[in-house]
Amino acid sequence: MRLTRSPLLDERLPAWRAHLVMGLLLAGSLALVARSIWLQGVNKEFLIGQGESRYERVIEMPATRGRILDRHGDVLAISTPVKSIWAIPEDARLTPAQTRELAKLLDTDPRDLTRRLAAERDFVFLKRRIAPDIAARIGALKLPGIHFQDEYRRYYPAGEVTAHMLGFTGAEDMGQEGVELAMNAQLAGKPGSRRVIKDRLGRIVEDVESIHVPQEGRDVVLALDAKLQYLAYSRLKAALAEHKAKAGGIVMLDAKSGEVLALANLPTYNPNNRAGLSGAQLRNRAFTDTFEPGSTFKPFGVALALEKGHVRFDTQIQTAPGRLTINGATISDAHRHDVLSVAQVIQKSSNVGTAKIALGMRPEDMWTMFDNLGFGQPLKLGFPGEAGGRLRPWKRWRPIEQATMSYGHGISVTLVQLARAYLAFARDGDLLPLSLARLEAAPNVGVRVFTQQTAKEVRAMLEMAVQPGGTAPGARVPGYRVAGKTGTANKLEGGRYADKYVSSFVGFAPASDPRLIVAVMLDEPAGGRYYGGEVAAPVFAGVMASALRSLGVPPDDTLRPMQMANVAPAGEEM
Amino acid sequence: MIRTNLFLLAAVLICALAAVSTNYRARKLVTEYEREQAHMRALEVEWGQLQLEQSTWATHARVEEIARQRLGMRAPKPGQIIVVVP
Repeated sequence: MRLTRSPLLDERLPAWRAHLVMGLLLAGSLALVARSIWLQGVNKEFLIGQGESRYERVIEMPATRGRILDRHGDVLAISTPVKSIWAIPEDARLTPAQTRELAKLLDTDPRDLTRRLAAERDFVFLKRRIAPDIAARIGALKLPGIHFQDEYRRYYPAGEVTAHMLGFTGAEDMGQEGVELAMNAQLAGKPGSRRVIKDRLGRIVEDVESIHVPQEGRDVVLALDAKLQYLAYSRLKAALAEHKAKAGGIVMLDAKSGEVLALANLPTYNPNNRAGLSGAQLRNRAFTDTFEPGSTFKPFGVALALEKGHVRFDTQIQTAPGRLTINGATISDAHRHDVLSVAQVIQKSSNVGTAKIALGMRPEDMWTMFDNLGFGQPLKLGFPGEAGGRLRPWKRWRPIEQATMSYGHGISVTLVQLARAYLAFARDGDLLPLSLARLEAAPNVGVRVFTQQTAKEVRAMLEMAVQPGGTAPGARVPGYRVAGKTGTANKLEGGRYADKYVSSFVGFAPASDPRLIVAVMLDEPAGGRYYGGEVAAPVFAGVMASALRSLGVPPDDTLRPMQMANVAPAGEEM
Repeated sequence: MIRTNLFLLAAVLICALAAVSTNYRARKLVTEYEREQAHMRALEVEWGQLQLEQSTWATHARVEEIARQRLGMRAPKPGQIIVVVP
């Protein structure tokens, strides 16, 4: 064992060397312990945060706005993602050829584009909400400094036809007008976010937690019928052109349920392209504009007189000589009549007759009825700028005002209010709240305004008005019994009645069991004719005929359809 | 004693490897799930666009124009309608 013998081992080493090594080892391990306490204990939060920031990501989860559907499920408004294109001007160094190509795809001027890219900003939108296919083509160019961002854009397939009813959304996809505003709470979605772990390639490998659960916007099913809406809109548009009227409105209600089936205003706009809109186009006249209804108001006063027992259906009233003077103010009829029954007063639309009936009533009763019918207060359906109309307190009525109010002057209403008030006649004297949304079941009973008997008698009078001898034979619909009332009101301008008119017609059909109410209003017809019976009644007839056929309502006229063939108007259209 | 220790060592090794592989599989599944979710969102977007396209094609104004102009259709006159009441 010579190898194990080393002379070095025979020498004794000084003791301090062993102590030094021990001390160094001890200090080293103490340093390690201290370091690990620092890392694991004291500095833990910071390090965990740093680590997470290197592999954890918070992902935004977008929520889409709900759709707006018509009563049959047809899409009226839908949001779909589109790209917005933005640039970091500093990075976007494009060659002139690239700029031209990009400008062409963006449909802008190359010089304008160059100017924008020269801006002293970190971020500039080049164009917002472009179609996905164009975005894909721009993406294929692989331009430096040009980026995309997902945004939602709202589309309205029916365009101008449903413009006022639906309204539109503004920035941040929030409702600004119409149903979009009225039902924004239901339609709007709430975007959420969640925390995930991503790997080196950007794939999500672990779902850590959801911070906010996204809430998708809910769909809204409207009472609106897209087909009836189109019929109403196109008829009104044609009439507006024919009579050179300034504006117009049409409302169709379901008499059984109070649902709004169609509502259109002219002039209108295309909600998909809202550049250069004027206030006149944007106005939802049927809700926001009040007008003096004129003769369409007469049935209400007469109904009250029947209700209070002042007159009966056939009470005779002297209307000759067609003029009536109250405290120096004179009411006159457009056509002279002699002795008329109450029913004929409505049929012939006699101002004098209606005024005489009204003067026999207490102002308080009249006011209460108007109030019960919903006049003078907004409908509160949630549309912006809903007007209530003017209904002065009865204590300040003068007799002349009471008389003029009975034929619709000195009081103002909106078209929707007027249509709704006729529900009381179309139904058996009760009034329903209007509904923009489709109802699963019709409300059982509304608020009673008139007795069943009164409603029945007024219906008979209104049916006479569209028959020969009435003011609106133009409102007749072949095969159906129709009831309605014309209105031709002078417009107030600067406190005086001008030579301008509002022609209107409100009616319902089939008269035996009313299903639909249609109210039409044309503002300032300038084509030579202005009587409601000539201007508004044909619109009513056209819309009502198509709507009844489209809904499959069985004809109720005693005249058989085969016999009707000969007397049908020539221009019968869809 | 040594045999027990060797057995435990093997068991620990197997468990450790199983944990690694399970974690790996879980991550792959999450990735796949995310991919399918993205696919679902893409399909939803496409569905929305198709709905939009459908309702644009089915606009009543367009239908009426085609029916009248191209197909020469017209609404029946009241005399030509026979109503069947159930």
